[in-house]
Amino acid sequence: MEKIFKGPAIFLDRNDINTDEIIPAKYLTEVTKEALQPYMLEDLKLEDFDPNGEKLKNARAIVTRENFGCGSSREHAPWVFEVNGVHTIIAQSYARIFRQNMFNGGMLAIELPKQEIDSLFELGKQGTVTLNVDVEAQIIHASVGGKESEFPFDISEFDKALVKAGGWVEFADARY
Amino acid sequence: MGKTIADKIFASHLRDEPFEGTKVLNLDRVLCHEITTPVAIADLEWRGKDRVFDKSKIKAVIDHVTPSKDTKTAVQAKMIREWARRHELEDFFDVGRNGVCHALFPEKGYIRPGFTVIMGDSHTCTHGAFGAFAAGVGTTDLEVGILKGVCAFRHPATIRVNLRGNLKPGVYSKDVILHVIGKLGVNGATDAVLEFAGPVVECMSMEARMTLCNMAIEAGGTCGICMPDEVTAEYLWPFIEDEYSSKKAAVEDFKQWHSDPDAEYKQILDFDLSDLEPQVSYDYKPDCVKPVSEMVGARVDQVYIGTCTNGRIEDLRVAANILDGRTIADSVRGVVSPATPKIFRQALDEGLIDVFMQSGFCVTNPTCGACLGMSNGVLAPGEVCASTSNRNFNGRMGKGGMVHLMSPATAAATAVTGVITDARTL
Repeated sequence: MEKIFKGPAIFLDRNDINTDEIIPAKYLTEVTKEALQPYMLEDLKLEDFDPNGEKLKNARAIVTRENFGCGSSREHAPWVFEVNGVHTIIAQSYARIFRQNMFNGGMLAIELPKQEIDSLFELGKQGTVTLNVDVEAQIIHASVGGKESEFPFDISEFDKALVKAGGWVEFADARY
Repeated sequence: MGKTIADKIFASHLRDEPFEGTKVLNLDRVLCHEITTPVAIADLEWRGKDRVFDKSKIKAVIDHVTPSKDTKTAVQAKMIREWARRHELEDFFDVGRNGVCHALFPEKGYIRPGFTVIMGDSHTCTHGAFGAFAAGVGTTDLEVGILKGVCAFRHPATIRVNLRGNLKPGVYSKDVILHVIGKLGVNGATDAVLEFAGPVVECMSMEARMTLCNMAIEAGGTCGICMPDEVTAEYLWPFIEDEYSSKKAAVEDFKQWHSDPDAEYKQILDFDLSDLEPQVSYDYKPDCVKPVSEMVGARVDQVYIGTCTNGRIEDLRVAANILDGRTIADSVRGVVSPATPKIFRQALDEGLIDVFMQSGFCVTNPTCGACLGMSNGVLAPGEVCASTSNRNFNGRMGKGGMVHLMSPATAAATAVTGVITDARTL
């Protein structure tokens, strides 16, 4: 599946959102990524958040806080985002396995300092924020109500190579 | 500057460094279960690459839902079963021979000091108890591991956790690790290896060390790790006796992996555990931990003893010792899952199963089952479980259910009274 790093963002204002909240274990009996599609963030309890709402349905990126994706190693968590067209996550930090799983699937798990995350959340209060990530230039373009802002980000050479290759299987198969 | 045990394992297994700081390691073990492997199998088939890098280094088990509970889980089991047969894996564990992966694989002697191990399961960090680098990974890493025998990691920093003092009677390694996680926080060890050392660890059995390392991931750690020593050699002896002239020789050989005295650590934490009380989790994160005395009296509906954290023979002995001659509260459902068939048989031989049944516990076959709310003890909304498992996320054991993490001793005492209880006061 081609990965697209632009579109409306949804803001999840909490630390430590875990893999059980992203995709509950009862759905781990599925053997295709597509079958996970209806269950994204089903068990996440958060003020102003509705797992069945339009906001999440339209989202193509997630902005969140610290230690996103902690808990299980289940790649079902990135997959449920992938099949729902959410290929970009921006957080202050991640759990290691979740972050690696995102890049292994050719998707983005971008880390920004707290101050920048706070700025993004402030933008989120002004209306629907549309993000456009330029991976090569390492810049997130954010627009809300006709106003544009830029957020430069760091990404390791390896993670960048994984996104370019389309994932770790492609990268490893060509090299080893 | 000296090296840590993790540094040494990385150096000895380095296959490639495609970019600075990215280490691609050769793998000694790729472990598989039926939840995270089938998608990798299907993807390899779809790519026309349905191969395995080494059929002796890949081990597979059906453990999360077994025997299968419905069509979907039966299909998962069938996929991994047929794949294991197709590739003639030397070691595959199906119904009747299967058990919880992180108890079964060590018991079979598959994990050795200095090994690199991956599995599509976050609690793979358990195997660090043997002085191995063992990391939980996602399905894509698992897939590449199966196909190529390699996995990429950022070189991890190491956090040294010195555990000193004398544990009071009735305080166990589960209490120690809950306490450590409470101090570190759920992301205190992200991208780091937790190196457990000091007299408390040296006195621990392999079972207790596995409990310790099992929960490294709950602080975000890539791996928990202990120095391999006499205890390790003793445990592994039936599997390594052809390789070494004596246990002493094995211990000498293991020392090559020990962290150097001048090794570089990201952080050194020092715990004097002499006054540590049994610990219990509250709320929905494993770093929300209190002494049992502050939790006494909280009502529970179910008590679950088992899992990759605390389903081993020592754990069952501790719990049975408390349950012996007692019955569990009418308000409580007790469920015990010995983690492997060997442990189950041993518990039978020692009369422990009899004690569990006399007390009113339901004894299930070895499986991960209730821990993640997949089978064998799912909670209803609003219900509370006292559990010897490792994760208390909201809804973990069933939507709307709550989990309190604790040692087998505290869990057994809680079963007797129906409310959280300090086993030392029974």
